[in-house]
Amino acid sequence: MAHAQEPQVTVIPPDKEKIKKLWTVAGILLFVTIIEFIIAFTMGHGTLKTAIFVGLTIVKAAYIVGEFMHLRYEVKVLLWSILIPMIFVVWMLVAFVYEGMKFSEINF
Amino acid sequence: MAHTSAATVAPGRSVWNGGVSPMGASYGKLMMWFFLLSDAFTFSGLLITYGLIRSAHPGYAGEVEAFTFSTEYWPVPEKVFEAVPFLHGVELPLVFVGIMTFILIMSSVTMVLAVEAGHRMDRKAVEKWMLWTILGGITFLACQAWEWTHFIVGTDTPTLVKDFVNGEWVTKEVFGANLRINQYGPQDFADFFFFITGFHGFHVFSGVMLNFLIYYNTVTGVYDRRGHYEMVEKVGLYWHFVDLVWVFVFTFFYLV
Repeated sequence: MAHAQEPQVTVIPPDKEKIKKLWTVAGILLFVTIIEFIIAFTMGHGTLKTAIFVGLTIVKAAYIVGEFMHLRYEVKVLLWSILIPMIFVVWMLVAFVYEGMKFSEINF
Repeated sequence: MAHTSAATVAPGRSVWNGGVSPMGASYGKLMMWFFLLSDAFTFSGLLITYGLIRSAHPGYAGEVEAFTFSTEYWPVPEKVFEAVPFLHGVELPLVFVGIMTFILIMSSVTMVLAVEAGHRMDRKAVEKWMLWTILGGITFLACQAWEWTHFIVGTDTPTLVKDFVNGEWVTKEVFGANLRINQYGPQDFADFFFFITGFHGFHVFSGVMLNFLIYYNTVTGVYDRRGHYEMVEKVGLYWHFVDLVWVFVFTFFYLV
């Protein structure tokens, strides 16, 4: 292929605020992970610990999906089209883990 | 770039009547979102089955310090994953997994910076950040290769495991793990380790391939000629999703 004329591209200068915000989100993600580590080694195993871990995981997921994947700033129809089907996952999780606990009563 | 939040339509016409994008995103980007939704269901299926099988097995009831491997109960993950390269015999629970998490989060940041540079048509910056992202992905895969090797080879001391050989039960010393027998706990534990981290690792691998493709196209000026860098954004969505899945794998497989 012959080299066609390179197109004239105007580079827009970076927006410092925007980039700073992205690094802030990264900082939050790392901070939450460190908190998870501290909890992992200072708390006894139990329902409360699991609940805290699930909560912190959802916080991290919200930051990744909302900020990094930009979903927070998309049209609301798109946001809900992605989030509402997640109800099935929540239902499946509750149903199956409950079922697993029943298995353990029967088998062991 | 497709960032107009509301589609403008003639009065009296619905946004769904055609001719506009009601979701304010291009076809390709939208389909990437719905693919990721379906992929999220696949990973949910794996992780929820893990939850089912794990809660069906008895947990380890004693003190964490006195933990020993046994097929009688589900292992404590921090006692299984406590090795770090070059530090043989030193117990560093979850440290290596922590490093892997850090690497993946950082590569997600460099990806989002590449997307941001793409919005500004800044080819040099996209190249730079894509390279960092590819490097992060490869480093993560290398870490996972080491972790798998360690998991397969096993610890210095074996575990006594009952195995069904030639029609009778024998007790034998087992090192490490495979899909049929393992030293860490119930067989399902090792199988889920291979399937869940393996399926995630395969996603990372394909992500690195896609990232490389994007990098190549950027360097050769494809996106400059096209007039936009939306491909960086689409593959970026995929890469962030891989990071997102790791956040869940990290919590449910290694922490809980």
